[in-house]
Amino acid sequence: MSPVSRGFRRRRLPDAEPGRVPPGQYVTGDFPVLSAGPTPRTALQNWTFSITGGGEPRSWTWEQFRALPAEPVTADIHCVTRWSKLDTRWEGVSIDTLLDQVEHHAGFALAHSDGGYTTNLPLQDVTGGRAWVAFGYDGEPLEPEHGGPARLLVPHLYFWKSAKWVRSLELLDADEPGFWETYGYHMYGDPWLEQRYAGD
Amino acid sequence: MAGTALRGRLTWQIAMVDTVTDETARVRTIVLDVPQWPGHRAGQHLDVRLTAEDGYRAERSYSIASAPGEPVAITVERLDDGEVSPYLTQELRAGDELELRGPIGGYFVWEPEDDGPLMLVAGGSGIVPLRAMLRHRQRSGSAIPARLLYSSRTLPDVIYQSELSRYADGVEVTCTLTRQQPPGWTGRAGRVDAKLLSEVCWPAAVSPLAYVCGPTSFVEAAAAGLVGLGYPPHRVKTERFGATGGR
Repeated sequence: MSPVSRGFRRRRLPDAEPGRVPPGQYVTGDFPVLSAGPTPRTALQNWTFSITGGGEPRSWTWEQFRALPAEPVTADIHCVTRWSKLDTRWEGVSIDTLLDQVEHHAGFALAHSDGGYTTNLPLQDVTGGRAWVAFGYDGEPLEPEHGGPARLLVPHLYFWKSAKWVRSLELLDADEPGFWETYGYHMYGDPWLEQRYAGD
Repeated sequence: MAGTALRGRLTWQIAMVDTVTDETARVRTIVLDVPQWPGHRAGQHLDVRLTAEDGYRAERSYSIASAPGEPVAITVERLDDGEVSPYLTQELRAGDELELRGPIGGYFVWEPEDDGPLMLVAGGSGIVPLRAMLRHRQRSGSAIPARLLYSSRTLPDVIYQSELSRYADGVEVTCTLTRQQPPGWTGRAGRVDAKLLSEVCWPAAVSPLAYVCGPTSFVEAAAAGLVGLGYPPHRVKTERFGATGGR
């Protein structure tokens, strides 16, 4: 039984229509930044995106990557620190498009980013039109502090899964914890189930 | 990046407020009696959950302000458009109960065994987890030399003012005031920029370990500045909070 805090009350109007925002989240108009280290800045001529762990490793330069078919994505995003942002507008390359060029039988993926960040995802969560490598935000190139030149976008999971500065996907047979997952955050991270920490 | 994984479930438990202490006009430290606290490391945070009479609930994360081994304390800055921080800083009294769970996080932590001089850079209430590190250093008898560069708007906004002025024995505290400096101010003036960092921070050659905490724009500038001074990015650990004050 939770103790009632006298004098504590809802101060905000409901943020959105019922069912739009996962439990425990509040809506923000800002775009807060959370990351564990300095913002890496990789020049586009040195940037590549790779998929490893499948049959033949596949790699794209920035030019090759940007020549792939891209699509606009409008999605609500949910950070484990409890802010949600509605109707964010992105542009990116579907992970399906990238994986189409790789032979594999993997069940999981570990995303690797500049700066050493990693995060793990079941492959079925990054396929089927549910995940992108995003390079545009709100009609502009994605800013470095928000993960530019390119970040993972997996809006149906907590946003730490949408790895900033992503540079490769490692295909794996078994699930392996990434950076925050090693520090006690949930292996899957479904915001609708409030899977914030291990055991939630 | 080997971490200390949190094992098992983080369960909610009821804590009782032991004391509340105003640090500044907008900032209050709340010391909590947490019967089942498993212990924490300097730099970790916890989640607080409040329940209103009508059943409405809100949760927020707060950095732990106390050192490992001390009673659990959080230091909360009131955000005028916030929901939880006005309650915690204005309504909450000693003897009240609230729910919490933790500790959470294992990357932005410091242990006396970590090598290299300690470089702490704080903006505003970003001082809170760094204060836990300084207290931990003191209590553990560590001889690791430490420097703190702490940016506040004005002198009355400086959190833990008297405590920070008492540190000696290998701790150098430098405060900078960005908006207004009182007459006779002997600290620094202006924002943390490349020049101030280069004058105050350990040179990269001594392999310092840096922790930067504050608002996003502050952390972006300070962390980039340290990398510019030659700090390897993996030796600069950051914690940011957005303008909306998730913290």
